[in-house]
Amino acid sequence: MKKVLLSGNEAIARGSYEAGALVACAYPGTPSTEILENIIQYKEIDASWAPNEKVALEVGIGACFGGARALVTMKHVGVNVAADPLFTLSYTGVRGGLVLVTADDPELHSSQNEQDNRNFAKFAKVPMLEPADSQEALEYTKLAFEISEQFDTPVFLRTTTRISHSKSAVILGERPTDIPEPKLARDPAKLVMLPGNARKRHQIVEQRTLDLEKWSCQQAFNQIDKGAEEVGVITSGVSYQYVKEVLPDADVLKIGMVYPLPKQLIRDFAANYKTLYVIEELDPFIEEQVLAMGIKVIGKDKLSICGELTPGRIQQGLFGKNIPEEDTSADLPQRPPNMCPGCPHRGVFMELSRAKAYVTGDIGCYTLGFMPPLSAMDTCICMGASIGNATGISKVLSDEEQRKVVAVIGDSTFLHTGINGLMDMVYNQSTATVIILDNRITAMTGRQENPTSGFTLNKLEAPRVDIEQLCKAVGVKHVKVIDPYNIALTRKTIREEMARPETSVIITTRPCILVPRDNLERRTPLFVDHDKCTGCKACLRLGCPAITWDEENKKSNIDKIICTGCKVCQQTCGFDAFQECGDNS
Amino acid sequence: MSKVNNILLAGVGGQGILLASEVISEVMLMAGLDVKKNEIHGMSQRGGSVVSHVRYGEKVYSSIIPEGEVDILFSFEVLETCRYLPLLRKNGRVVVNDWKIAPPSVALGKQAYPDNLIESIRLQFPATTVVSGLDLALEAGNSKAVNTVLLGALSNILDFDRELWLTALRKMIPERLLEVNLKAFDFGCQVK
Repeated sequence: MKKVLLSGNEAIARGSYEAGALVACAYPGTPSTEILENIIQYKEIDASWAPNEKVALEVGIGACFGGARALVTMKHVGVNVAADPLFTLSYTGVRGGLVLVTADDPELHSSQNEQDNRNFAKFAKVPMLEPADSQEALEYTKLAFEISEQFDTPVFLRTTTRISHSKSAVILGERPTDIPEPKLARDPAKLVMLPGNARKRHQIVEQRTLDLEKWSCQQAFNQIDKGAEEVGVITSGVSYQYVKEVLPDADVLKIGMVYPLPKQLIRDFAANYKTLYVIEELDPFIEEQVLAMGIKVIGKDKLSICGELTPGRIQQGLFGKNIPEEDTSADLPQRPPNMCPGCPHRGVFMELSRAKAYVTGDIGCYTLGFMPPLSAMDTCICMGASIGNATGISKVLSDEEQRKVVAVIGDSTFLHTGINGLMDMVYNQSTATVIILDNRITAMTGRQENPTSGFTLNKLEAPRVDIEQLCKAVGVKHVKVIDPYNIALTRKTIREEMARPETSVIITTRPCILVPRDNLERRTPLFVDHDKCTGCKACLRLGCPAITWDEENKKSNIDKIICTGCKVCQQTCGFDAFQECGDNS
Repeated sequence: MSKVNNILLAGVGGQGILLASEVISEVMLMAGLDVKKNEIHGMSQRGGSVVSHVRYGEKVYSSIIPEGEVDILFSFEVLETCRYLPLLRKNGRVVVNDWKIAPPSVALGKQAYPDNLIESIRLQFPATTVVSGLDLALEAGNSKAVNTVLLGALSNILDFDRELWLTALRKMIPERLLEVNLKAFDFGCQVK
C-alpha cells in the first residue's frame, strides 16, 4: 500500500482516472487549474481547455449524453458563467456521470470575490460533495460519478483553496477495465428541455433531492467522530481539520455531502448536546438549514462570514483567545505582487497612465496595472467586463470625457467573454477604445494554452484564432497591431485611437516573458551608466522589479540577474543611461 | 513522536520555495510520518510575499500551522523573515538566507529597506542560523540553487537521515541540474 503526496487537485485528476472518466474539460482558474494540467498524464482521458466555463460545461454535457463519464472543472466565479447550462442540466440529468468541480477561494487569495458556491448546489438543486483532504478528494470524485449515475443528476465536487493546493498522503487505486462504450441513444423527453418536457423533469428533480437526502443519512461519508460527549460540532470540508485541531475532545459530525443535508442524521446528532457548534467557512449555509429545523446552534454569531477559517481564528471566535498575526507594521515594507521583469504589459500601462486614460480593466496578470507606480486601472469586475463597462460609461459622458475611456483585456479573457462586448460596441457604435494585450497565453493562472496560443492542453499544435481578423470580422474598422516593447509607437497609437470618435482596437502583441517556447532569442541584460544617470527617476515610473533606486548615489540600478533585456526602460530615459551589459560590466 | 512539527517557509515568489517545501514533505513521507503541506498559487506568486506550511508527525489534521506554533521559520529572504516572526513559538528556530530583495516601495525610493534585521532576529530568537545562500549557490555553479543550499542548512537541524534528503532531491530535481544541486545541498550542510 504505497502512499504518495498529492494536492487536492492532483487527487481529483487521479480520482477521475480511477472512475473511468473519458472526457475532462475546463477553463483555467485559480485554485482549480492544476486538475486538468495533471489529468493529461492519463492518456485514456480526452482533456481540453475550453474558451470559457460555459463551453467547458456544455462539452462535458455532450460527452455525458454520449454515455461517457465527464469531468468539468472551474473556479467559483466560473460557475457563474456556466450557470445557464448547469440549471437545465439539473433537469435533464445525465447518461454517463457528470461531475462539476467548483474550486472556491475563501480569503480571495487570487479572486475578485469570495462567493460561497454551496449556494449554487441548493439553487440549481444539484447534490454537492465536499472533501476535507487529498485522500477524500480522490474518493469523493469517484463517489460523485457513482452518485451522478445512480440518481441521474450532475454532481458538484466543492473544494476550497486550502484543499486544492494542500498536499497530503494518498493511497492510489486502479482504473476499471469494464468502461462502457459510449454510443448514441435518443431520449428527447429527457434531453430536450421544451416547457412540456421540462415541467415533468422539474417534478423528478424535486423527488430526487428528497431521495438523496434520505439516502445520505445512511452513508459513511457523513461520519461521526465520538469524543467526550459534551460538546457537539457540525462541520465539513477543510473546517473539519481545524475543528480536530482546536476541539480534540468534541463529538464531530463531519458532513461529506453538504447538499442536500442529511437532516435526520443532524437531528439525531444534535439531540445529544447542550452546546452545539456549526463551524463552516463563508456563508452560514449549514447553519441556516439547521436553524430552520428548529435546532439552536452557535456559528456565525462567533465566526466571521468573511475570509477563511484557521485554527487560530476558530479559537479567537469561540473562546476569545488572542492569536498572533504576521507583522503588518508600517516599517516593514509590504511586498504586493507585481508584473514580471520584461512583462510586455508594463509599457502599455505606463502610457495609459501618462495619457490620463480612464481604464476599464479585466481579469488577468494585467490587473496588476492597478498597482503603483503604474496605477492605471479604474475598474475591474469580472472576465470580459472591461469592454461592456467601457461602452456603458461612454454612453453617459461628455464628448471630451468619452475620449479618456479605454478598455484593457488579455487575449484569453477577450475570447472568454470579451468578444460579445466588442460586438455590442460595434453594433451600438461606441466611441471607446479597446486594447487587447495579446501575450498568446493564459498567463495569470500559470500559463495555460488557449485558442490564440496555437497549442492545446496536451501541447499539440492547434489552429490559432487570429484576433486581428476576428475584430475586423465583427466590424471594427480601426484595428492597429503594435509591439508593446516599442514605447514611442505604443504612446502614439494609444493617443490617436483615444482621440478617434469611433470604436477602435489596439492589439499589442508580445509573448509572455515566462513562455520559453515563444522567447527563443536570449537578450542581454542592461545596466545603468551612473555617469549618465541624472537621478530623474523617469525609469521608476515603470515599476519594473529589476530597477531599484540607489538612495546613496541618487541613481537607478538594474539587477542583471532578473533583467530580461526588454529595453523598455531604455526608452524612458532621456539621458542614454541604460546600456547593454558587455563583457566588462 | 506524538507532537506535530511545524515548518513555515517564507520568501518571495520565484525563489523556489514551493520546490523546497516539496522536498521537505517528501523526506517526512519517506520517514514514515504523516505530512501535510499548504501554499497559495496564482496571483500572490507574482513577485509577492509567499509562505508555505509543512507539518509532520504521527497524525496531522490542519495543513495550516496554528498561529503561534511554528517550530522552525525557514526563510529565503531577510525582510520576509521579520514579517512572519510573530508566528514562531517562544523557543523557535530560524534559518534565514541573508539575501535582501527590495520590495516595490524600496525599489521606488519611497521607503528604506530596514537596517539590522538579522541582528534583531537573533536578539529575539538566539537559535538562528544565517546562510549566505546566493554566494554558496553561485559557488556550486548556479544562482538558482539557493533553495537547495538552504535545504542543506535546514537538514542540519532536523533529525532525518542524509540519505532521505538525497533521495528526495534526486526525485524532485531534473537530471541535468542534479549535480549542481547536490553540491549546493552539501555547501548548505556545512553551514553551522
